[in-house]
Amino acid sequence: MQTAPDVLLLLVVLTNFVVLGTTRLSAGVRAVAVQGLLLGLLPLTLASSVSFHIVTLSAGTVIVKGIVLPYFLMWAIREAAVRREIEPVVGYIASLLLGALALALAFAIAAHLPLPAEQQALLVPVSLATVMIGFIVLTSRRKALTQVVGYLMLENGTYLFGLTHAESVPFLLEIAVLLDVFVGVFIMGIVVFHINREFDSLDSAHLSELRD
Amino acid sequence: MRLILLWALPAIAGAVSYAVPASRAGTLRPGILVATAAAHLAIVLSLWIRPAPGAFDGWLYADPLGLLVLSLTSVVFFLTALYTVEYMRRQRARGGRVFVTGLLAFLAAATLVTLSQHLALLWVGIEATTLALAPLIFHRHDRRSLEAVWKYLLISSVGIALALLGIFFLATAQVGVAGRPLILDDLTSHAGELHPAWLRVAFLFLLVGFGTKMGLAPMHTWKPDTYGEAPSLVSGLMAGVLTSCAFLGVARVTGVVVAAGLGPFVQPVLIGFGLLSLAVAAVFIIGQSDVKRLLAYSSVEHMGLLVLGLGFGGIGAYGSVLHMLNNGLSKSWLFLVVGNIVLASGSSAISANRGLIRSLPVSGTLLVLGLFAVTGSPPFGLFISEFTLLRAAIGAGHLWVASVMLVLLAVIFVGMALPLLEMALGGEAGNADPLPESRWLVIGPILLAAAVLTLGLYIPTPLRDALAGAAAGLGGMVP
Amino acid sequence: MTWTALAALATLLLVSPALPGIAVRTKSLLTGRRGAPVLQLYFDIWKLLRKGTVYSTTTTWVFRAGPVVLLAALIAAALFLPLDGRGALAYFAGDLLAFTALLALGRFALVLASLDTGSSFEGMGASREVTFATFAEPALFLCFIALVLATGSVSLSGMLGVPLAGAWAVASAPLSLVGISLFVLLLAENSRVPVDDPATHLELTMVHEVMVLDHSGPDLAIILFGSSLKLAIFGALVVGVFVPRAGLVGAASIAVLVAGLILVAVAVGVIESLMARLRLTRVPQLLVGAGALALFAVILLLR
Repeated sequence: MQTAPDVLLLLVVLTNFVVLGTTRLSAGVRAVAVQGLLLGLLPLTLASSVSFHIVTLSAGTVIVKGIVLPYFLMWAIREAAVRREIEPVVGYIASLLLGALALALAFAIAAHLPLPAEQQALLVPVSLATVMIGFIVLTSRRKALTQVVGYLMLENGTYLFGLTHAESVPFLLEIAVLLDVFVGVFIMGIVVFHINREFDSLDSAHLSELRD
Repeated sequence: MRLILLWALPAIAGAVSYAVPASRAGTLRPGILVATAAAHLAIVLSLWIRPAPGAFDGWLYADPLGLLVLSLTSVVFFLTALYTVEYMRRQRARGGRVFVTGLLAFLAAATLVTLSQHLALLWVGIEATTLALAPLIFHRHDRRSLEAVWKYLLISSVGIALALLGIFFLATAQVGVAGRPLILDDLTSHAGELHPAWLRVAFLFLLVGFGTKMGLAPMHTWKPDTYGEAPSLVSGLMAGVLTSCAFLGVARVTGVVVAAGLGPFVQPVLIGFGLLSLAVAAVFIIGQSDVKRLLAYSSVEHMGLLVLGLGFGGIGAYGSVLHMLNNGLSKSWLFLVVGNIVLASGSSAISANRGLIRSLPVSGTLLVLGLFAVTGSPPFGLFISEFTLLRAAIGAGHLWVASVMLVLLAVIFVGMALPLLEMALGGEAGNADPLPESRWLVIGPILLAAAVLTLGLYIPTPLRDALAGAAAGLGGMVP
Repeated sequence: MTWTALAALATLLLVSPALPGIAVRTKSLLTGRRGAPVLQLYFDIWKLLRKGTVYSTTTTWVFRAGPVVLLAALIAAALFLPLDGRGALAYFAGDLLAFTALLALGRFALVLASLDTGSSFEGMGASREVTFATFAEPALFLCFIALVLATGSVSLSGMLGVPLAGAWAVASAPLSLVGISLFVLLLAENSRVPVDDPATHLELTMVHEVMVLDHSGPDLAIILFGSSLKLAIFGALVVGVFVPRAGLVGAASIAVLVAGLILVAVAVGVIESLMARLRLTRVPQLLVGAGALALFAVILLLR
C-alpha cells in the first residue's frame, strides 16, 4: 500500500474532489495542473526500467498537462475576468456526493476487470473514477471554462489508463494523443474567448438559443 | 507511396494555402483546393485499378472497406471543392484562409482514418477531423454558430475521449496475445484469444465514442445545431464523409468483436442504438422548421440504419456498407442543394422558402428528387440498401424489429415530404422569373444524384467485389 | 481498570484547558502579537467559579441542567477512549456508538439550554450548530467504520489500541485519510476556524459562542471547561489514529499523548492564522468533503 504509484494515484483522487468542491475557477485550474503533474510522474514510477521513451513521455505530459494547458486556461480566466463559478445545476454538496458515488462505482466495476500482468491494482478504478468525475464536472457546471476543466479531467482519466500500456504503445502515438489534447483545449480556449467577447460572460445559459 | 501521398498531399496543400498572401488569395486558394481534390481523386481511382501495398509496416493499407470509404470521401470532397469555388466567390467576406485550410486538413484527416489499420492511428485521424471542422462550423462568427461550435466541441471531445479509453481497453484485452498491438489484422486473426471482459467494455466505450461522432442517438444532440449553423457545404461534408469515417471505426471494432465470438453480446446493443436513433429521428423530424436541421435528423436516422445492419449480421453488413455509400452521396447532394437555396434566399427556414421549382428550377428539382432518394424510394440506391437491411432483419429472425423499422421509415418519409414538397412546390404560381444558377453550384449535386441513381439500378463489378470483401471482413455474407 | 488508564484520564482532564490557550498563543505569535498567556483559561475558570450566577426569568431547570449534563456526558465519553494506547477505562463491543451518543447528548443538552432562554440569538446559534452536526456525524461514523475495517475490532479500545499499529503497516493510505478527516471534524465540532471563529462576537457570525451567551458564573466555568475537554477528546482521537502507542508503557505513552495534543493545538492555531472563516453555506460542503475522504478510505479498505 505504501508504494509511490499508490500515493500518486491517491493524490489524483484528492485533486478530483478539489475540483468538484471548489467555486473559484483558478483553484479548479490549479488542481488540474497538479493532476497533470502527478500524471507525468506516474510513468517514471510505474516503469520497470527508466528508458528514454519513458522520460520523454513523462516530461511531455508534465509540460503539456501540468504547465502549458493550465497556464493557457489561467490566461483565459484573466481575459474573461471571471473569478467564481455560479451555483451549478447539480449543487456542490450533491456534486461531492455524486463524486463519492462515482468513486465507489469505479471500484466496483474495476473489480470485474482484472489487469492481466501484476500491475498497479489502483490504476483502473482511479482512472475510471477520474473519467466519471470529469464527466460530472463537465455536465453540471455552468461556466464554459469549468466545462473545459471537466474535459481535461476526463482526458486525464483516459490518459491514466493509457499509462498501463506506456511501454507497448508506440511513442509517436502517445505524442500524437498529447498533441490532440493540446490542440483540442487550445481551440476550446479560443471559443471561450469568443463566447466572452460575444456575451460578456461565460455563463453557458446564454448558449441555449438553438433548440427544437 | 500512393497511400502516404493521399494524406500528405492535402496536409501540405493546407499549409500552403494558409501561407498564401492575401493579395493572391482570391484566385490561388480555390485553385489549390480543387487541384488537391482532383489529385486525391486520381490517386484513389488508381488504387482501384492497381492496389497499393501497405505502408509503414502495415499501419496504412487500403482494405476493401477502407477503400470504399476512401472513394466516397474523395468523390464527395472533389464535387464539394468544385462547389466551394463559386461559393467563396459569392461570399467574399474574409478571403477564406481558415476555410480552405480547414477543408484540406479535414481531407487529410479523413484519408488517414480510412487507410489506418492501427486503431490508435484511426483515433488520431478522427480527433483530427473534429479539430479541423471546428473553425469551419464557426465560419459565420455569430451567436448561433458560436453556440453550435461550443456544443460540437464539447460533445465530440467527450465522445472521442471515451473512444480513446475504449482503445486502451482493447489494448489491454490484447495483452499476452500474439500479434502486434492494435493492428486490425492481428486482432482479427487472434480474436479468440482476446480477454472477453475487456473486449466487451472496449466495444461499449468505442461504440459510444465513435457513435458520438456518427451522431447516433442519444449522443446526437450536437448534430442538429451543428448542421444547422455551419455553411451547407460543410454540413454536407460532415453528413457524407465524417459519418462514414466514424462508422468505419465502429464497423472495424464490431468486426473484431464478432470474430472473437461475442456476436450475441453486441448485436442487441447495436440494434438498440439503431432503433433509438430511428425513433428519435422520427419524433424530431415531424414539425421541423429548419431544412438543415431536418436533414440533420435524417442523418441520425441513417446512422441508426447503418448500425442496425451491423447488428443483424448475415447480409446486414453488406447492406450497411452499401447504405453508407448511398447515404454519403445523397446527403452531400441534398446539402449542396440546400446551400444553393440559402445562397439565393438567405435563410434556411422552411417557411422562408417557397416555390423553389419555379425560382430555382435545377435546385428545386434536385431537392424533390433528393427527398425521394434520402427516404429510400426506388429507383434510387438507398432503396436497395434499405431493402437489404430489411431482408437481413427478417433473415435473422428479428420480425418485430423489422416491423418497427418499416413504421418509423414511413413516419420519416411523411415528416420529410411535407416540408420539402412545400418548399419546392408551394407558394403562388407564376410571377417570378427563375434565378440564374451558376453551373459550378449545380454540377456537384447533379453528378451525385446520377451516382445514387446508378447505384439503385446497377452496381458495377469492381464495386460489388469491394462490397463483398468489406462484408466478409465484418463477418457477414453477400446477398 | 489499569492505573495508567486512570492516570491518562486524569492527565487529559488536567491538560485540556491549556489547549485553547496554546491555539490562541500560536495564532497570536504567527500574526505578530504576543497574545494571552497559555494558562489563561485556568485563571478564567477559577475566576468564574468564585462568582455568582444570574439566571434569566424565562429559563427553567433545563437551562441549569445544560452545562452539568454536558460535562457529565463528555467525561463519560472520555472513559471510552483508550488514552494510554492500550485499553480504556470502560469498553465493550460497539462502544463507539456509545461514544458518539454521549457526545450527541452533550450537544443536545447545550442546545436545549440555549433554546430555553427564548432568545432568538441563541436559537439561531442552536440551529446552525445542529445543521453542522447533521453533516459531521455521518462523517464521524464513516471514520469509525474505516477504523473498524482496518483493525477488525468494534470497540474503541481495539480501534485505537493495539491492533492499530499492525493496521498501519498494511493500510497507511486509508488511515492517513481517516486522520485528516478526523482533524477536519475536530475543527467543525469544536467551532474552530474555518467552521466558526471563536474570537468573533458579531451576533450574525457566531455559532457556538452565541449558544452560551446567557450562562454566567460557575455554569460558564463548566461550559468553558467542557469545550476545552471536547477539544482534548477529539485531539486524543486524532493522536490515537496517527500515533499508535501500543508499544509504549505507562508514563511514556501519556507523555506522547500530551505532546500529540499540544501539536494538535498548535496545528489548530496555525490554521486559524492562515485561513478565514468559511461562508456559512460552504461549511456543509467542507463537512461532506471530509465525509467523502472517509468514504474513500472505507472503499480502499473494502477492496
